[in-house]
Amino acid sequence: MSVVATRPSRLTSGQTPKWLVPVIALVAVILGAAIAALIGFSVGLWAIFAFLLFVIAGPIVIGMIEGSRKGKDAFARFLVYGSFLLALIPLVSVLYVVIAKGVPGLSGNLLLTSMNGVTGVHDNAAAKGTEPILGGIYHAIIGTLETTILATLISVPVGLLTAIYLVEYGRGGILSRAITFFVDVMTGIPSIVAGLFAASFFAWAFKDPSMRMGFVAAVALSVLMIPTVVRNAEEMLRIVPNELREASYALGVRKWRTITKVVIPTAISGIASGVTLAIARVIGETAPILVTAGFATAINWNAFSGWMATLPTYIYYQIMTPTSPTAAAVSETRAWAAALVLIVIVMLLNLIARVVAKIFAPKTGR
Amino acid sequence: MSKRIDVENLNVYYGDFLAVENINMAIEPRSVTAFIGPSGCGKSTFLRTLNRMHEVLPGARVEGKVLLDGEDLYGKGVDPVAVRTHVGMVFQRPNPFPTMSIRENVLAGVKLNNKKISRTDADDLVEKSLRGANLWNEVKDRLDKPGAGLSGGQQQRLCIARTIAVKPEVILMDEPCSALDPISTLAVEDLINELKEEFTVVIVTHNMQQAARVSDKTAFFNIAGTGKPGKLIEYAPTQEIFNNPSEKATEDYVSGRFG
Repeated sequence: MSVVATRPSRLTSGQTPKWLVPVIALVAVILGAAIAALIGFSVGLWAIFAFLLFVIAGPIVIGMIEGSRKGKDAFARFLVYGSFLLALIPLVSVLYVVIAKGVPGLSGNLLLTSMNGVTGVHDNAAAKGTEPILGGIYHAIIGTLETTILATLISVPVGLLTAIYLVEYGRGGILSRAITFFVDVMTGIPSIVAGLFAASFFAWAFKDPSMRMGFVAAVALSVLMIPTVVRNAEEMLRIVPNELREASYALGVRKWRTITKVVIPTAISGIASGVTLAIARVIGETAPILVTAGFATAINWNAFSGWMATLPTYIYYQIMTPTSPTAAAVSETRAWAAALVLIVIVMLLNLIARVVAKIFAPKTGR
Repeated sequence: MSKRIDVENLNVYYGDFLAVENINMAIEPRSVTAFIGPSGCGKSTFLRTLNRMHEVLPGARVEGKVLLDGEDLYGKGVDPVAVRTHVGMVFQRPNPFPTMSIRENVLAGVKLNNKKISRTDADDLVEKSLRGANLWNEVKDRLDKPGAGLSGGQQQRLCIARTIAVKPEVILMDEPCSALDPISTLAVEDLINELKEEFTVVIVTHNMQQAARVSDKTAFFNIAGTGKPGKLIEYAPTQEIFNNPSEKATEDYVSGRFG
């Protein structure tokens, strides 16, 4: 009996001690810093070298102790985790910089006033500290919200109806294949081209070559949004089980009622989050706004008349042409604060979409 | 409320492919008719022609006549949607609408067609349909909970309740118990026995004991080989099909000596 008990099991192999992997990681980080220092130290190089060392050395050590299959497994695992962390670096650093530079500029004054009447004189005084920083982004927030909402109002019906045609009626015919092709082509349109299209279309339609207003910008943005909405809504409608459509037909429900009352409600949460992603994609557009809505420093509530500023164009102008060339830091402060507000708006939209999705989502609780 | 079905010289095609060939059959009102046969022999395809559900699939078409109390379902100007309000259908997998509560699922046939129904009428209809589907006692305290939260057998009975709520004359069932456990199956079989008091029931099943238990008449379908059309081999009272079939193929199939 004792012979059987002491014989090593063929089902186990060598075990890596628990402290080994963290130690390898630590060594990789230190060595990575050393190698990076040889070339010329920077945080990015350090991260890359540490990552490479860890992904190569870790699996080799584990492979020697536990066998080559475990080594390959560790390699794949470290590669996945490491890639994820590397991908997080730009995201975290962008967030960090925007928050660090944006928060000092935030104030009630910034959120509730426009740049109307703010001149270099005020900025110079603010730079000397004799006056608070005047001027704000109120007009740009209004512009951003109005153009984006108008663009959404145009894109969602068009995109959703196109997707419904493709999924429910097209049945792979010539027209539906053509639509799919052109939607794919539209996805690749550079945003400035969409802006030029909207600008020249309105210039031609109204015989006014300098026609700029929020609505033209909304049309340009909707050119960018529609393909995203179509693609996403199409995917979401396709994954609605056919059984539900058949169940509805079998109750004597007409096709379009089946679509509006069964198919779309089942897919609505996915469609809603797709629309949010499309909005997030266009809300930060700068170039198409400049050629379609121009730029303004005063509040303009009317999207159908007069030039309009949005947050991206506001940031662009504050950085490129500071209000006071000798005190550019004041304009920069406002620009960073505007960037932070833009990110917050996108995050709020995301949150709203999640709530909407939650409300409409199919219920599975008991 | 219950109507007879007469099928005359029916051929079903998927594009150019002849799926089911030359079916003649008379289904009596207030009876349960079972379709049995090997997989792919066209039972389900044929069943779906009885309420024009096969048209949902692209390229499917039909030659011949299906008469519902003498009216041809495939006559000129017949609206398939109207046909389906007279001939309801229950599917293989329970498929309650996931966005709706139990109550809304039962009322789906009414609500989705935008028919106005008063609150009390709706309550009566929900209770009557759920009682008709033997589900009322299990769900009466949670009518506003989602239908997808019920067990598989309860979901299938909810689907039956949903079907009888639109007051059809005929109910088609496409393997309604194949996704259910034996206890839920028993519940559905009991229900089928009660449903035939009021409706004409046609059921497709792979379970021959089930066919023997629930049906008055049985139709045996068979297929000569892959790519060949399915055919109706024998259609007779269930006792006869299982005890004294006139065709050799039927005898082989019901006694398990098939293939």
